[in-house]
Amino acid sequence: MAPVKTPPRKAPTEDRLRVVGTSLPKVDAVAKVTGRTKFADDLFLPRMLHCRMLRSTTPHAEIVSIDTQRAEEHPGVVAVLVGSDLPTPYGILPVSQDEHALCIDKVRFIGDPVAAVAAIDEETAFEACELIEVEYAPLDSVVDIADALDGDDPAIHSYGDAHNVHKAIALEFGDVETGLAEADLVQEDLLFYEGSTHLPMEQHAALADYRPDDRLTLWSSSQTPHYVHRALATVLEMAPSRIRVIATPNGGGFGGKSDPFNHEIVVAELSRRTGRPVKICLNREEVFYCHRGRHPTLMWIKTGFKQDGSITGMHFRSFLDGGAYGSYGVASTYYTGALQTVTYPVAAYKFEGLRVFTNKPPCGPKRGHGTPQPRFALEVHIDKAAEKLGLDPARMRLDHLVEPDSVTANYLKIGSMGLGACIEKVVAESGWNDRYGKLPEGKGLGLACGSYISGAGLPIYWNNMPHSGVQLKLDRGGGVTVFCGSTEIGQGSDSVLAYVVAEVLGIDPFEIDIVTADTSLTPVDLGSYSSRVTLMTGNAALQAAERARELLVRSVAEKWDMPGVRVAMADGQVFDVQDPDCTMTFAEAVVLAESKFGTIGTVGSYTPPRSPGRYRGAGVGPSPAYSYSATVAEVSVDVDTGETHVDDVWIAHDIGQAINPVVAIGQVEGSVYMGLGEALMEEMTYRGNRNIVHHHPSMLEYKSPTTHEMCRVHTYLIEDPDPNGPFGAKEVGQGPLLPIPPAIVNGVYDAVGARVDEVPVTPQKVLAALKRRAKQEEPREGPKKAPEFDWPDAIQVPPPWAGGDGRALDERREIGGGGVRT
Amino acid sequence: MAPSDNAIEAGANISLELRVNGELHAVSVPVHKTLLEVLREDIGLTGTKHGCELGECGTCTVLVDGQPVLSCLALPAVLEGHDVTTVEGLESADGLHPLQQTFVELGAAQCGYCTPGFVLAAKALLEKNSQPSRTEIETALGGNLCRCTGYLKIYEAVELAAARMRGEPAEPTREMLYGAG
Repeated sequence: MAPVKTPPRKAPTEDRLRVVGTSLPKVDAVAKVTGRTKFADDLFLPRMLHCRMLRSTTPHAEIVSIDTQRAEEHPGVVAVLVGSDLPTPYGILPVSQDEHALCIDKVRFIGDPVAAVAAIDEETAFEACELIEVEYAPLDSVVDIADALDGDDPAIHSYGDAHNVHKAIALEFGDVETGLAEADLVQEDLLFYEGSTHLPMEQHAALADYRPDDRLTLWSSSQTPHYVHRALATVLEMAPSRIRVIATPNGGGFGGKSDPFNHEIVVAELSRRTGRPVKICLNREEVFYCHRGRHPTLMWIKTGFKQDGSITGMHFRSFLDGGAYGSYGVASTYYTGALQTVTYPVAAYKFEGLRVFTNKPPCGPKRGHGTPQPRFALEVHIDKAAEKLGLDPARMRLDHLVEPDSVTANYLKIGSMGLGACIEKVVAESGWNDRYGKLPEGKGLGLACGSYISGAGLPIYWNNMPHSGVQLKLDRGGGVTVFCGSTEIGQGSDSVLAYVVAEVLGIDPFEIDIVTADTSLTPVDLGSYSSRVTLMTGNAALQAAERARELLVRSVAEKWDMPGVRVAMADGQVFDVQDPDCTMTFAEAVVLAESKFGTIGTVGSYTPPRSPGRYRGAGVGPSPAYSYSATVAEVSVDVDTGETHVDDVWIAHDIGQAINPVVAIGQVEGSVYMGLGEALMEEMTYRGNRNIVHHHPSMLEYKSPTTHEMCRVHTYLIEDPDPNGPFGAKEVGQGPLLPIPPAIVNGVYDAVGARVDEVPVTPQKVLAALKRRAKQEEPREGPKKAPEFDWPDAIQVPPPWAGGDGRALDERREIGGGGVRT
Repeated sequence: MAPSDNAIEAGANISLELRVNGELHAVSVPVHKTLLEVLREDIGLTGTKHGCELGECGTCTVLVDGQPVLSCLALPAVLEGHDVTTVEGLESADGLHPLQQTFVELGAAQCGYCTPGFVLAAKALLEKNSQPSRTEIETALGGNLCRCTGYLKIYEAVELAAARMRGEPAEPTREMLYGAG
């Protein structure tokens, strides 16, 4: 078969980078386009049983009894599990270990698993589930945020800050009231961001194989095999060293496959009980019930602006509808208050946030994890303030950008900061200055910015170990194998490892073997979430490769009797920079090194730098580097139907250094697509009565953009290398989503004067705002009132410019936050 | 269960021969087992994927006599004598199909789970229309959902492959590979 035709790489001349910065195919591309890639449901083992789970048909009820007798006797059924068989609780965050593989005493949402069957085939397992009789004692269900706060429904969990309030946070950095008093304009807004789900094309699937010598292997479509490994060891009460978790390539994750899941633990236990491999593949409806998607979030924001647009004080409140379990929710809640300060300087900042439990599928991290909602609120809020202050929205932002290498009011350390260049690029390319506010009725431009973390600065469970580890094996035949725990979810993580190692060792990335996401074969990497993979695995791979390079250079320098500094490596060759004809192949260099040092193997690891914040909650928000994005969206709004169509998006993304530009562009376009979906149509909603039945748990009814709804995208990669990133690289997988929903909503206002303070900006909402506009009322559609809540006293943390040291005033000894980070 | 005289007894298998990628496969399967399941479980061609198994997402697209068909809604019993093409049938001795090649070059496959369906649907389009407009490509691929790419690299890959299949020397543009600059 003819080798993949790849664009010619640069010759080994003096330019610094030969692989990094060049658009190349991904190392797994050929397998994916030929159908060779093995996803979890493509795996089959001899004597394999099939598992189905019985799920609750009522949103909130105690389990009075479960009768599995008839199921156990059904021909072809080999084992049946109920909640009491796996009593140990688990959960992704140490602070909310509130899940069981199968419900024990009560069910908390329609779809909550209560029993599981392993049978000779899926159909038999399905039939057996139908034979299981569960008697429920229904309880009042909690429908939404307001319902959870009014306190007259039973508590869904027995833990949390107050009844159905799972978590309540109050932090203040400087004196906000004084800041607001000094303002020329105090702008106040209430906005709502509807929940949405990841909708990965691949349904979750897992295959467990327990062997009689007490060894368990689990293949699963998971973004975080390391955390699944830990949860399995806890719940199954097995030594971690006897468990091997292999994350198969994810057919899309977007955050939806980053919790340890019921079905993973269930098939592992069923395999242990039956001694046979057990596989499960969720159907599409079950994927909706797995969820862990975007929290529906109500946000109140009050900001003081000077006439020049600078921010004197900001008070931000968020109310998150968390659903039935904790998941990442505590971290999500902190995230809704973390990144407001990383774009425009905020002199004094107060954040209050709470997450409630409701009887709905649990929410968790979806692309942007808790930051698209507040960014939407902030960027619409600023657009309104600009109008009142008579300032151009782009100019207002350009005039007040945070400084590179600075610390924010809430102690986030900013490194490189390219937002100014991003705004100037999209303003120029979209013709903003001559077209904003000047297009014909129905056409409009909207501008918005965003920033995102390049990986969470602290681990999810408190420890001082590296976040990412890489091992390299160099072979005397010239082969190189990279071992890393990172998980390929379509973002190109396998390829990044190959490019980084190829750049350092001067070899062809397509000749490198990549072994990833296997807890027995690969060193720990925490997983594919928070856009951490390129930066953290890249830095770990960089260290491992540089250590290997040093061994080769010392061996060759010794043979050629010259200082090592003259030895260069490029295009599979090792040569003397002063005499390029003096060369040997990479393989020959490895033979020399192996002869001198013995078997060549090196390791590299990466731990993010410590963040300056020392207050409780300081653990969410820090990152080794922050990416920045600016976008202009051009929309067409039909005033008769209220329909919004996005025609063009110009988006500039400060990526530091693109490792592979064409793959980076793909991440930007994918982020624009997902932001567009949430802005226009995606809704994870439920029937309005107490039964809380999901409106549309199917690919057809749950609206997501098809080829017809996607807009043209003009992508600009802004490169100003960040010292904390490998070759200067920062994230691109999630940041570009953030400015899209606010830019579209601001564009709708420019197009038809309708202010829709919530997403999705559906036709009904646009028409409602236009109707008010026609009656000379404020042309706004959006949430009316924020619920009352007795917020705890805010932890006071003086900002850096007010003599603060990162600690809270009354908890001077508080160090590093309450064990909550992601 | 009392067997009625004419109904196929529930659970009884039917035997049939399916021609897949030019090869005959004899299978004995329950009558209600879909083409998707038979391809994956009985014939071992796991390149065809499923996203919903309800005919709503396009992921399981295969070609039957060159036309895109949702294999999760197709029954093998009515496909005897027809040509089924799956993603595994796109390669040939001398390499990747031009569409597979351009999907590789432009990163049009991110997670790759929807890719088999897209490549086959695009192949059917190009066999009818050797120079489709962007709108014609959007329409032809409108039944295939993707959550990773935002579709744009897929359009570019189809357009580039179409040009090469027309015999034109076509390479990715600088903007495709490095952005709008």
